[in-house]
Amino acid sequence: MLLCGLAVLGTLLLIVYELLLRSGPSWHAFGFKFFAGHDWDPVNEKFGALPFVYGTLVSSFLALIIAVPLSIGVAVFTTEMCPPALRGPLSFFVELLAAIPSVVYGLWAIFVLVPLLSNYVQPFLSRTLGWTGFFTGPPFGISMLAAGLILAIMIVPIISSITREVLMVVPQHQREAALALGATRWEMIRVGVLRNARAGIMGGVILGLGRALGETMAVTMVIGNRPEIAKSLFAPGYTMASVLANEFSEATGDLNLAALIEIGLALFLVTIVVNALARLLVWTVTRGQPSRANA
Amino acid sequence: MPETKKSAHGEVVPPISLRRRFTDHFMTGMAVLTVVLVLVPLFAIFAYLVYRGVGSLNWAFLTQTPKPVGEAGGGMANAIVGSGFILALASILGVPLGVGAGIYLAEYGRNRLGDVIRFTADVLNGVPSIVIGIVAYSIVVLYQKHFSALAGGVALAIMMIPTITRTTEEMLLLVPQALREAAYGLGIPRWRTTLSITLRTATSGVLTGIMLAFARVAGETAPLLFTAFGNQFWNLRVDQPTAALPLQIFNYAISPYDEWHRQAWAGALVLIVLIVTAVAAVRLAVRRGTFGAA
Repeated sequence: MLLCGLAVLGTLLLIVYELLLRSGPSWHAFGFKFFAGHDWDPVNEKFGALPFVYGTLVSSFLALIIAVPLSIGVAVFTTEMCPPALRGPLSFFVELLAAIPSVVYGLWAIFVLVPLLSNYVQPFLSRTLGWTGFFTGPPFGISMLAAGLILAIMIVPIISSITREVLMVVPQHQREAALALGATRWEMIRVGVLRNARAGIMGGVILGLGRALGETMAVTMVIGNRPEIAKSLFAPGYTMASVLANEFSEATGDLNLAALIEIGLALFLVTIVVNALARLLVWTVTRGQPSRANA
Repeated sequence: MPETKKSAHGEVVPPISLRRRFTDHFMTGMAVLTVVLVLVPLFAIFAYLVYRGVGSLNWAFLTQTPKPVGEAGGGMANAIVGSGFILALASILGVPLGVGAGIYLAEYGRNRLGDVIRFTADVLNGVPSIVIGIVAYSIVVLYQKHFSALAGGVALAIMMIPTITRTTEEMLLLVPQALREAAYGLGIPRWRTTLSITLRTATSGVLTGIMLAFARVAGETAPLLFTAFGNQFWNLRVDQPTAALPLQIFNYAISPYDEWHRQAWAGALVLIVLIVTAVAAVRLAVRRGTFGAA
């Protein structure tokens, strides 16, 4: 049994070891400039990962901006407002959202979300908010915006289920105290519940961020896969995970492979840090009860 | 929402100001709105999936292998079987390790090492699946020199382990301590108690965890891209590239052919029916089972 336990530890160490080992050539060739370079040119063996890092960050934060208010709203509704009869089915449906494989999200995004964006949403946004510079350019649908939207749909279940858990462990007397002081229901939620659950909600949000950073298939299918940095959200982009998905099995030569694995290593390290942080935050609130965030 | 009127016991309560009442109603409305906004895509996805999927699903889809580009017909039978094959490999590798680690954590893990392993499992749970694909590639594919079902199985097994470990631990901890003590009292050694008393008692819960992990990896595409790789033909050899349902859906979805898009929808429907059935069965079992508290 100890052996099995150690195997879990060993697996993580193995991942670190293999990633470090195989990305070695790229380290030696480019050093830290790897993450500052713009060029991605397998033919001339010049590799820079900046456009991918940029795409990953922008699409994930876009997803967070959309998903966080929605998830907290859903969690507050299910724990504090919802009639008890509706509570079970509602959380079941949100959990169902987490059970859909990402390739199916991608499929739906290609054939429903993207046409919707290019026909209605993008023309509307560029007419009304075009002056900001974020919503300009031809409305192809396939874009950073589409990636952010589909990611948002995918991380809502994670954030809202963790938030719900955290809200449920807020002691009942906090709510009663607020109500006894004459607070309305919303004031009770704001002062008595949300304020107490801040750290845990933050943990849920960061966990959602971790998921968004590493999400591969759905993003690859709608982001356009062009290694460019553009200010407009209508422009296509590329993420770290999707460049791996697209080019890994067709990598030409050792340096190309090493460069891709280095991107994987960076992705791994970032998600490790993000997840560790999130777990610690959630743990401080729920006191070590394992959270069910297996999306 | 009702409940705004609260009468104290006979005392005169100053009325709540209009602004506070408005804020209260407004925020309630916002919460309802968020629920609607979250449920709309869910229903849209399911409705469209069923609409396109049912229209494309037929007997040939379930029984034939893919036809060459341009020819109508054909199906994903090899991908469905291939998915099952890779998942079976993953379960053979992942389930014993995961359950073993869970037993260690629950029965022997009340110490520093246990905490480290527990934390590792949680962190492993958050590693992007594509990164796990890279690792399976470098520990299996690079040595075998070609893509294989085994590599896919290894990747999925790594993804299953943390989920199984943590649920097994949870379930074993729910087994009453008195049961263990009774076994010790009868002179049964500790390892024997763990295996035939504790684990036996928690069987249904542990199975739930395994099914959850299974459902989670069944739809995974990213780690299979450069491990199992996909295959247009039948394959049941461990060391050969193998088709998988999610892979096939991905390849068909990004293709330019209408016929392939049709089949991608049918494949997605089959996949989602399998997964949702598994998840719903698990929920039902948990609710009815001995471990309702979980």
